[in-house]
Amino acid sequence: MEEQRLITLEDIYKQYDGTTVLDHINLYIRKKEFVTLLGPSGCGKTTTLRIIGGFETADSGRVIFDGQDISGIPPYKRRVNTVFQKYALFPHLNVRDNIAFGLKLKKMSKAEIDRKVDYMLDLVNLKGYGKRGVDSLSGGQQQRIAIARALVNEPEVLLLDEPLGALDLKLRKEMQLELKAMQQRLGITFLYVTHDQEEALTMSDTIVVMQGGRILQIGTPKSIYDEPKNAFVANFIGESNIFPGTMIRDELVHFCGADFPCVDSGFGEDHPVDVVIRPEDILLVGEDVGQVTGTIKSVLFKGVHYEMIIDAGHSIWKVHSTTMQPEGSRVGLAVVPFNIHIMHRMEEEKPQEEAKK
Amino acid sequence: MTNFKVPVWGYWMMGIGFAAFVAMLIAYIHKNRGFRRPVFASPYVLWLIVFTVIPCFLVAYFSFTDPQGNFTFDNFKNFWDSNYNARKAIAPEDLKMYQDMGLSLEDLGLARDSINIDTLVFSLWMAFLCTAICLLLGYPAAHIMADREFKLGPTLVILFVVPMWMNFLLRTIALMSLMEDGGLLNTIFEWLGLGKQKLLNNIPAVQVGMIYNFLPFMVFPIYNVLNKMDYKLSEAAMDLGCNKWQVFYKVTLPLSVPGVVSGITMVFMPAVTTFYISRLLGGGKVQLFGDLIEAKFLSTSLNEWNGGSALSLVMMILILLSLGLLNKVDPDNEGGGMV
Repeated sequence: MEEQRLITLEDIYKQYDGTTVLDHINLYIRKKEFVTLLGPSGCGKTTTLRIIGGFETADSGRVIFDGQDISGIPPYKRRVNTVFQKYALFPHLNVRDNIAFGLKLKKMSKAEIDRKVDYMLDLVNLKGYGKRGVDSLSGGQQQRIAIARALVNEPEVLLLDEPLGALDLKLRKEMQLELKAMQQRLGITFLYVTHDQEEALTMSDTIVVMQGGRILQIGTPKSIYDEPKNAFVANFIGESNIFPGTMIRDELVHFCGADFPCVDSGFGEDHPVDVVIRPEDILLVGEDVGQVTGTIKSVLFKGVHYEMIIDAGHSIWKVHSTTMQPEGSRVGLAVVPFNIHIMHRMEEEKPQEEAKK
Repeated sequence: MTNFKVPVWGYWMMGIGFAAFVAMLIAYIHKNRGFRRPVFASPYVLWLIVFTVIPCFLVAYFSFTDPQGNFTFDNFKNFWDSNYNARKAIAPEDLKMYQDMGLSLEDLGLARDSINIDTLVFSLWMAFLCTAICLLLGYPAAHIMADREFKLGPTLVILFVVPMWMNFLLRTIALMSLMEDGGLLNTIFEWLGLGKQKLLNNIPAVQVGMIYNFLPFMVFPIYNVLNKMDYKLSEAAMDLGCNKWQVFYKVTLPLSVPGVVSGITMVFMPAVTTFYISRLLGGGKVQLFGDLIEAKFLSTSLNEWNGGSALSLVMMILILLSLGLLNKVDPDNEGGGMV
């Protein structure tokens, strides 16, 4: 895998007016990989993208592209193209001229340009829209033109800055699949920026979770969802119950007034930890067989499942289940060892106020 | 010269008008649906009719009539040939007598005189020059001020705005005192050993005054458009392979056309009709079309109101044509220009 690294960020540091935006970022992106930078707004993900695109320069650190340091190279000489957040289509040009913009700059022959633009229009399902003005199109169509305009230049990396943010939910889901399919068909590296965890989980090969200018975790969607490194990642990727607990010894953890067998080890004895349990991993059982018992405080119908909030004395549990228990009833809660995720306390590595979240 | 005294009934009118306005406001506040919008528009419409529409018709009326109120094209014929009326005033038999004596129309000073047309052409030329120079100076200025990277941009905008708060007659007089023989500029020239230069009372002086006065009208519409432009568009252009210069002429320039058109109109129109600048800085030696119209109206000869109206009408048609053109190019009035 090492030799396939296309982009490497080495110790990137950036600050604006004394505020650190990127705090020594190290990251590499492989060829043909779909990488997503995921994080809340202000976490530095867009800045990272803009540094790779060449619109910002890092205060220190290097950007290596295909073995070359491109830190000082202007955007128009980089072999990357960007799909901007609000598309940034040229309002004075029609659809065809927007897509052909980059090709015309390369002094390509007219026939060649026409062929490529037609191919792109076909690819994004907008055949016959060439002569239309870009303002007359819907958000989804403008979006696809923005993608076509970038892809037609055959970049080695396509940078996408929250490209689906302005679309409605249904269209967004459709476009997610379309984008993923396009990426696989064309074999281009995609670097995608979003704050939408579901989008990241659906499309990515690799997710990079960022917060406060740092990378918290890098991994496949499944590993990030199943093995979040700390409470922030757990909370940001999907919903979760986070309890403070104590690791009594290997494979046994104490929280919410009970001992739970688990599969983690190596924390030492009587070590304070955070325990993360996904709401869908909690089983509602009879009061007598539950590891913890509680009262159902509220029930919400969410479509596929019910969301129940359960008061277990000293802790509040959020449970997702396809079967519903009436409000006020007593239930037992059980979690299989495999679904209990133990993490180091976040305060240890990052004493910040976000840790509470 | 004495100031115009407001007659007693004038005070009454103003009082009644003010009271009516206040009453209307109170009624509106008390009963929200009491008045419809047209009611509120009516004072404005009235104002428009009295001070804009009627004068326009009066100008048209005067330009097609003689002092006795009879319909005539003579004013326009006189516009084409400023000796037309004078020639007409001479009885044909007198004219024949003079010609029999061997005197030509030139000798009599009655030959076709194209001073009106010449002045109009000269004014158009001066206004064109002024507009072109304002564009050359104003576009880069606006571009610099709208640059996101340039931190002094807003300060520059204010520096451009502040002089506009001053009466422009005053500004022109100030410029005059800068340029006069003992003025600041000549003092500097002398100090540099260049000797005294004659800066005032010539065509370049008038041109300088026009540029000085009208430059902001070029800068602001362009600045407006550039400032509102999404900077992501230039980033997108750069991303697709444009260097800085290509970004400018492929994206920024085409998108700023509405502002440029607005700016051109807003400079050209006042420039072509100006008369005080040529009067103050040209010292009576430079005559523009505006001076011509002004002279006609202020002249003691009665007929000239009709002649002046004809000149105004020609001017008005030229302006309306250019406004029509503006609306074609910038239908949404993005440049923040006029109308």
